[in-house]
Amino acid sequence: MVNARLSRRAALRGGAGVLLGGASLGVLPLFGSPDRKQDPDSCRARDLSASQKRLVVSNWPAYIDEDDDGYVSTLTEFEQRTGIKVDYTADVNDNLEFFAKVVNQLGSCQPSKRDMFMLTDWMAARMIQVGWLQPLDRTKVPNLHANLIDSLKGVGWDPDRTYSAPWQSGLSGIAYNKSKVKEVRSFEELLSRPDLKGRISLLTEMRDTMGLTLLSQGADPSDFSGDEWDDAIDRLRKARSDGQIRAFTGNEYIQDLSAGNILACEAWSGDVAAAEDENLVFVSPEEGTMIWSDNMLVPNLATHQGNAEKWIDYYYEPEVAAKLAAYVWYICPVKGAQEAMEKVDPTLVDNELIFPTAESLKTMHSFMALEEFQIRAYEGDFADVIGG
Amino acid sequence: MRRGRFTGYWLMLPAALWLALFFVIPFYSLLATSLYDPEGSVLTGYDVTYHFANFVDALDDFWEPLLRSLWYAAVATAICLVLGYVLAYAIAFKAGRWSSLLLVLVIAPFFTSFLIRTLSWKLILADDGFVVDTLQFLHVLGDDSRLLATPVAVIAGLVYNFLPFMVLPLYASLEKIDGRLIEAAGDLYASPSRGFLKVTLPLSKPGVIAGTLLTFIPAAGDYINASLLGSPNQRMVGNVIQNLFTSTGDYAAAGALSVILMAIIVAMVMVYIRTAGTEELV
Repeated sequence: MVNARLSRRAALRGGAGVLLGGASLGVLPLFGSPDRKQDPDSCRARDLSASQKRLVVSNWPAYIDEDDDGYVSTLTEFEQRTGIKVDYTADVNDNLEFFAKVVNQLGSCQPSKRDMFMLTDWMAARMIQVGWLQPLDRTKVPNLHANLIDSLKGVGWDPDRTYSAPWQSGLSGIAYNKSKVKEVRSFEELLSRPDLKGRISLLTEMRDTMGLTLLSQGADPSDFSGDEWDDAIDRLRKARSDGQIRAFTGNEYIQDLSAGNILACEAWSGDVAAAEDENLVFVSPEEGTMIWSDNMLVPNLATHQGNAEKWIDYYYEPEVAAKLAAYVWYICPVKGAQEAMEKVDPTLVDNELIFPTAESLKTMHSFMALEEFQIRAYEGDFADVIGG
Repeated sequence: MRRGRFTGYWLMLPAALWLALFFVIPFYSLLATSLYDPEGSVLTGYDVTYHFANFVDALDDFWEPLLRSLWYAAVATAICLVLGYVLAYAIAFKAGRWSSLLLVLVIAPFFTSFLIRTLSWKLILADDGFVVDTLQFLHVLGDDSRLLATPVAVIAGLVYNFLPFMVLPLYASLEKIDGRLIEAAGDLYASPSRGFLKVTLPLSKPGVIAGTLLTFIPAAGDYINASLLGSPNQRMVGNVIQNLFTSTGDYAAAGALSVILMAIIVAMVMVYIRTAGTEELV
């Protein structure tokens, strides 16, 4: 009797559960994720630059000079010259992470609360493709078009530099702590030397890490086959399961390198100089380096585009560019900066990390442009290795 | 009389709204995400196509971090239980007038952010830090070994961060125990340890259950400790989910994995509560 009652109650409960579940499944389609393509023409804000002397900028850490007693930074000089108050935040640590940060706003034509941010070529290309960026007014950035170095002109994804202005270029190579470990000469050494086991880090940027891995496997990152890709992924997976790799990081690797938790790592060329630690050394691996650029971009619904254009034009003055390059030690995209460097710091005029010669440019490789389906497959493979 | 009939419902309204807004809707959104068409992408959007194979694929690809998470969380919970019980017992029965101060000290770490506290452990356990140096000097650790980027560091981080969640419910149930019951056990010739096993421990069971749940559930889903104190070989399921959402943009897999984690935890908790045999917590 009791049992029968109980089971009837259970049956009722179960029935109610199934009903509720069925009804629930019905509402699920409401939660689909929309197409993120936007039209920059219709998703534009009124430019308040004339009345509001403000500019909100997001950039990577250690990517600009800073005021120090006696030294006036390029940013402060810009503020003094134009009267524009710059709200500068170093909150870009990784292209994909930043993309995830803004995808909901920019993908649905909402303001990102930023007037400008700096992202790497491939991500800039992607954002142009989906219409998240505003074209720059050519007449307001004459220095950009006059002074951009030839090697950065005519890129496939933005041939006339309508949407993008290179901020700095740089190399991905190796850094090591010379007080703790003997010279690391190649990427293969980094992935295999026993004294580095568990003491190296690699970057979460797929194109940097896989580019160097492809090079170490004898493949060309600017033109590789699916088999070569698979070999490179297997090489990286092996290094990980061997316990060689301590971490995959964004910009924060430099603290671990200084602290001695890692002895050597994949690194971006300017970061080592910015760390101001004489034990840290940047080397271009024997297999070659990866070269990339980060670009100043103005997103949809930016309210101070005019001020952003003033900023771009200012940083394309050779003297300003030289001063910035002397501080950040990245490859300078501005013509005439090498001559201007004479006055800023004569020892840097022939520095290959800032002004690479035609000879050294041959050892610098770029990553091939990927179709959307390749991006998915390759990013997926890479994420499996670094995250799973 | 008539006016009073609906008072109860009105009073439930804020709680119901809260649940709808912050639990029911997000839950449906997550469930929908787990059933997305895996051919979609962040840029082109995802449609809900009831692609149940997402669950199979997610389990197939990520069973390892999933099991690791449950294992780490279980070990951390067990350690928390031992440490937390001793601490709560001392505060409840032995600390006398110091008990409120000690309780404040248990909560004090919460005044600093979770992230900052975990980052500090990274400094404390650093390869060249004093902890590792001392342990190497004492030959507890070999010259080449380390603490950071090992399971030990990750589990220690979990224990540290979730210990207060164990101590507080334990304290609450221990403190409620009538001291005269323990005295009575003594009067009936029970040894102190027997008295503890027969009186104190059973009476503190609600605290044990609440504490283990409050520790295990967040620990199993945690990703901060593994990402700051571990290496890629200690990745927990939380890290995988975070990566799938923010880096790969594979919402379908991320959603499916989240739902699986949720289902496993709910199932484990239900079995646990059934076998532990309590309906009331604390």
